[in-house]
Amino acid sequence: MDLSLLLTDVPTLVVVIVGVPAVLGAYILGGEFLVRRLPDRARGSVRPWIWVAPALFFVTAFLVAPAIGTVFTSFQSHGGDWIGLTNYQRQLVDFPNGGAWIAIRNNLYWLVLYTLFVLFFGLLLAVLFDRVPYESVVKSLIFMPMAISAVALGVIWKFMFWYQPADAPQTGTLNAIVVNVFHQAPKTWLTDPNVNNFALIAAAIWGITGFSMVILSAALKGIPADLLEAARVDGAGEITIFRRVIFPLMMPTVVVVGTTLVIFALKAFDIVYVMTAGNFGTDVLANRMYKLLYQADNPGGASAVAIILLLAVIPVLIFNLRQFRAVEARR
Amino acid sequence: MTAEAAARVGVSHTARFSPAWVAERLQGAVLHVAVISLTVAWMVPAAGLLISSFRHFTDINQSGWWTALAPPYNFTLENYVQVLQSSNMGQSLFNSFMITIPATLIPVTIAAFAAYAFAWMKFPGRDWIFLALVGLLAVPLQLSFIPVLKVFVSIGLVVQNWGFVGVWLAHTGYGLPFSIYLLANFFRALPSDLFESAEIDGAGTLTVFFRIVLPLSVPAIASLVIFQFLWIWNDLLVALIYVGGTKSVAPLTVTLANLTNSLGQGYNLLTAAAFISMIIPLVVFLSLQRYFVRGILAGSVKG
Repeated sequence: MDLSLLLTDVPTLVVVIVGVPAVLGAYILGGEFLVRRLPDRARGSVRPWIWVAPALFFVTAFLVAPAIGTVFTSFQSHGGDWIGLTNYQRQLVDFPNGGAWIAIRNNLYWLVLYTLFVLFFGLLLAVLFDRVPYESVVKSLIFMPMAISAVALGVIWKFMFWYQPADAPQTGTLNAIVVNVFHQAPKTWLTDPNVNNFALIAAAIWGITGFSMVILSAALKGIPADLLEAARVDGAGEITIFRRVIFPLMMPTVVVVGTTLVIFALKAFDIVYVMTAGNFGTDVLANRMYKLLYQADNPGGASAVAIILLLAVIPVLIFNLRQFRAVEARR
Repeated sequence: MTAEAAARVGVSHTARFSPAWVAERLQGAVLHVAVISLTVAWMVPAAGLLISSFRHFTDINQSGWWTALAPPYNFTLENYVQVLQSSNMGQSLFNSFMITIPATLIPVTIAAFAAYAFAWMKFPGRDWIFLALVGLLAVPLQLSFIPVLKVFVSIGLVVQNWGFVGVWLAHTGYGLPFSIYLLANFFRALPSDLFESAEIDGAGTLTVFFRIVLPLSVPAIASLVIFQFLWIWNDLLVALIYVGGTKSVAPLTVTLANLTNSLGQGYNLLTAAAFISMIIPLVVFLSLQRYFVRGILAGSVKG
């Protein structure tokens, strides 16, 4: 560890920690000072723009403008010549194994399996945990993977999926079970194209279930207790109560969590990058984009993949906006 | 157990040792077995790696981690010592702090001002701009990398010249939509009488913001800070794009990912490295879990 670097960089950190709020505070104070000099009528219409201007600048500079730039890049060759749809064509040739098709297929696996299983486990755990007195402890334990990075999560699961030849002792947890309990040959979980995508998705599900559990559990607690009590008095069984009372009332929350999970599934990157680097038929769009950009030096192709990703997200985006406006209308 | 949970479990009124009482107890037992076994199963992957990280190199390669749970106990710290000496985990830990602290602070500060304007000031286009921010929550960051990189390179805002400034600014842009969304929703929920009575008393916008809104919003801001901190600390993609894997600048996630790809059989070091990378998030999480959960709830359950 290079201590000199550590010492030279800490002052930078202090300057930033003290300087940023100071500069922003001074900006707002200065803005207010100027606004007060304005005629009464103008104050109300100038002040808001001073307050939102830094935010709008950053969002425009780092999200909106670059997104538009990426659209342009996706129609250009490496040298900057306009080549129409060629980049897209290259990504979408030779269905089902050429171009980006494997990545698109895998993103679909992620979309369906990851979303459904995370919702299922989240709901199951929320309902079960709601009935035990040590709820907060078990919830914390399930939620803990949310705090760690997907990289660390990938390391944890690489170890779970570890493969040793059949004659060696199995040190990976899953293969130890496969060999010693089921008396089968050990599986190469991460390189066998029949199972590796599901192995990656399982690892991701493990990491994110706490997220859906916590939100669904909050929704569950929002269901009035007398409603459930009334159903019980009427003689409804626990399963009927879940199907007819609890589940319908939780549906809006399930939908919100579901759309968030769909976005996570489409953006899946870290776990794939760490565990297989997208090899052995496990590529996903986000990883393909990274590879095209850094390994193939193909910004046009990478941009095309990013736009394909955006197109996949757009239905969710529209749904989110409608949801938001519906909530606003009820305010 | 809260009163509500007690009501839900249904306090038993059946007589002791009657068949109904026995059936109820059995159901309860099944529930506890299900809850505890699910939780234990959920812990296995992480527990396996944690135990392995304290085992000798030769043991890790010869037997599963579960064998270490039986005597003779043979644990060691050598993996941690070795990984801290041989790889640049210490430097990476420092880099992670250097990236994360400003990249949390800057967007949260900027978002607080903007969110207040969105919540309590009137200006043309306000609702549309806010709607656009909600839309941006879903847009993949991938869409922005290439043009931003081009600009960074052309103006010399690269790690070699400016250190982490580029990645701070990028994280600011990426973190703002969520930060503004979360804070504006919170600010809006504050009772409007507060503002009106303050205005009657002649307090200016600044006074209202700094003296009333900010102090009342500490819980929301705390949630946001924790959320953003963990998000950036755990981020791999943005760090790979704007910082890269050079040893002197790589944060923990990048270093760990590089170790994963290069070590292969050297799994003993990787186990320790993974846990070193988890220490800070786990401490933050365990000590401030309440706020973190609140942030997740505020960000996801809309309205």
